[in-house]
Amino acid sequence: MKNKVARDIPDDILAATQRQVFNGVDYGHPVTQRVAPKVRATTGGDKIVASIDEVVTKTVADGMTISFHHHFREGDYVFNQVMRSIIDHGYQNLTLAPSSLTNVMNDIVVEAIQKGVVTNITSSGMRGTLGDAVSHGLLAQPVIFRSHGNRARAIEHGEIKIDVAFLGVPNADDMGNANGMDGDAAFGSLGYALIDAQYADTLVLITDTMKPYPNTPASIKQTQVDYIVKVDAVGDPEKIGSGATRFTKDPKELKIAKTVNDVIVNSAYFKDGFSFQTGSGGAALAVTRFLRQAMLDHQIKASFALGGITKPTIDLLNEGLVARVMDVQDFDKGAAASMKGNRDQQEIDASWYADPANKGAMVDKLDVAILSALEVDTHFNVNVMSGSDGIIRGAIGGHQDAAMAKLTIISAPLVRGRIATIVPDVTTVITPGDAIDVVVTEVGIAINPKRHDLIDQLSNVPGLPVYTIEALQQKAEAIVGKPKPLAFTDRVVALAEYRDGTLIDVIKAVKD
Amino acid sequence: MAAEERLRRTMMFVPGNNPAMIKDAGIFGADSIMFDLEDAVSLAEKDAARYLIYEALQTVDYGDAELVVRINGLDTPFYQNDIKAMVKAGIDVIRLPKVESAEMIHTLETLVAEAEQTFGREIGTTHLMAAIESARGVVNANEIAQASDRMIGIALSAEDYTTDMKTHRYPDGQELLYARNVILHAARAAGIAAFDTVFTDLNDEAGFYRETELIHQLGFDGKSLINPRQIDMVNQVYQPTQKEILTAQNVIAAIEAARQKGSGVIAMNGQMVDRPVVLRAERVMRLAKANHLVDSEGNYIEK
Repeated sequence: MKNKVARDIPDDILAATQRQVFNGVDYGHPVTQRVAPKVRATTGGDKIVASIDEVVTKTVADGMTISFHHHFREGDYVFNQVMRSIIDHGYQNLTLAPSSLTNVMNDIVVEAIQKGVVTNITSSGMRGTLGDAVSHGLLAQPVIFRSHGNRARAIEHGEIKIDVAFLGVPNADDMGNANGMDGDAAFGSLGYALIDAQYADTLVLITDTMKPYPNTPASIKQTQVDYIVKVDAVGDPEKIGSGATRFTKDPKELKIAKTVNDVIVNSAYFKDGFSFQTGSGGAALAVTRFLRQAMLDHQIKASFALGGITKPTIDLLNEGLVARVMDVQDFDKGAAASMKGNRDQQEIDASWYADPANKGAMVDKLDVAILSALEVDTHFNVNVMSGSDGIIRGAIGGHQDAAMAKLTIISAPLVRGRIATIVPDVTTVITPGDAIDVVVTEVGIAINPKRHDLIDQLSNVPGLPVYTIEALQQKAEAIVGKPKPLAFTDRVVALAEYRDGTLIDVIKAVKD
Repeated sequence: MAAEERLRRTMMFVPGNNPAMIKDAGIFGADSIMFDLEDAVSLAEKDAARYLIYEALQTVDYGDAELVVRINGLDTPFYQNDIKAMVKAGIDVIRLPKVESAEMIHTLETLVAEAEQTFGREIGTTHLMAAIESARGVVNANEIAQASDRMIGIALSAEDYTTDMKTHRYPDGQELLYARNVILHAARAAGIAAFDTVFTDLNDEAGFYRETELIHQLGFDGKSLINPRQIDMVNQVYQPTQKEILTAQNVIAAIEAARQKGSGVIAMNGQMVDRPVVLRAERVMRLAKANHLVDSEGNYIEK
């Protein structure tokens, strides 16, 4: 059955997963029922457990759903230790439901799949050897990809039922009060993990730093925690920071960032009290720098910056150009370190950030979002999941969620090497074109024709060339030519959900 | 002279052997793009670079930029093939390095004209410019600038020049004072453009601004650049002030008023406007437009 973005979702998949096809970005006002976790009453005397092996045998059983967070990113020591124990104990048929999977987790997940330990996965994304293995059909059941907001929604509604959450934390006390702000492996906001803490039947904390009781501020509370394991180290502080931490010097990235800034400044949303989300990476940092100068020039201040936070955004907060930072994760040490001393840097959980089934999420109040793309097509649909070879190598992250902003800007080069970014049809639709307003490339911008207001505001800005998206696509094709179509088998290896839980696309196994 | 009045604030060097940079050279808003077949390209890559630039000129859209190629010198085995390939490719301007005499330009002109004939290109449409890189070149700047109707400009190349002068580059640029002024006068006397040398320390923004402000004050058309990031900085220095723009608008309005009255005398605020003022006003408006300081109808955009 074809969905609203013209993707054919096989009927057997719809029947087997009992899902609806994607039917538009408007969530509406449905009344839904949340679930509640089981609670094992304790006064706390039995919470400290000597080892990961011991806590695994205490808590895990065949067929369970286990979860992790990815706040340690490529510096994660917890995931591998827990998974090693689980594999070695021979558990079978587990569902792996982390907030996302980073490269450092790939090898052990592949091993767990090969040994039948893990038979289902839901995640924000995956890359490298794991993405490659899944795209070649290693896992019998399709992976389910969910955005950060959608994961929160799915957990709240029992679509993901977490039996045991193993959450690494940089500090905790002996009752389980914990935060992400102190300790060798401090990463700042615990945003994604807070949902697991609230909804898992059994919650295991793993930490390397024990604090005197009571440990405050308590992002995770003792009322939620079953067991605590002390290990030597939970993460490598040098690898927790992700992406670029310095402004790019790449002239093309700078040009794109400057154009993104021109779009923002010339839009009606650039006024006192506006809000924005920039994401991570060298180009995002450059946008933040240009935006800072524009805010100073126009004497405009922002009410909040949202999402994954970087040091340059914290600098705006300290400079008084941004009133609040609403922080679901911190991309670098600077942002992570400032949280404990800055009451205007508010830790928010993934539900507050982006859950559509909420009584209001932060993204609903967001004016401007700057997002990236592997591909954008002439319907403005965006792919951030599958590569030009059809292999899974990305993550939804908050893409679908932040695209709810009033002005959603995709910032991407027209071509990358010999590969077009603006294409006739994306390989995988992750964020629907209806949620995308402006595409910015190094040669110029394209505005979604549905946004007459933006066309009026941006069409006569000197030095800001406006093209149709078709014209941009043709420019890209003129440079790199027309690629041979990708070859896939009929076997579905992954489902891409939209943030409301409907199916926006499926990913099939690649044909080599 | 061939120098039609156009802005030449920025002439960006692009190594002729770097496909990624060649592909993207058009996106940074350089007034002129200079593909380099000479110093940036090693001996082993000379032919490959020539083919690459030739193909790029056939396929890549460089918008309104003036396209220049720096060919290998007269004393190299690559000189003649560079000329043939670039004339055939339809390049706007051939830049000859290490020019020391009018004779070198005459030789180049003869070969360019032959190539135009061979490849069916209109005779005289391939323009020329000379890089002056030695004491001899500076001394002969006048005859070089006037050597051909095809000449659109002369450029100072300070690295070789300072070596020839037994000095090196200093932050204050005193060692280039004479050469800059000679080249500028030779260019102006010939009615062609004058380009200042490159500034190589990308991390010294203050030094770059200092040098650019100096050559702007002297009257250079612009500067050769080694990195796209320098383009905006040059344009900022060359950007007219709001007052200059408003004055220029008044002058242009006065010209229009005189034209409508059929009067040969242009007057503004009761005073006659003479030709230099008109020329300056036109240049200010060109710069204002290029810097996006006025809209398509010429109205000043309040920041």
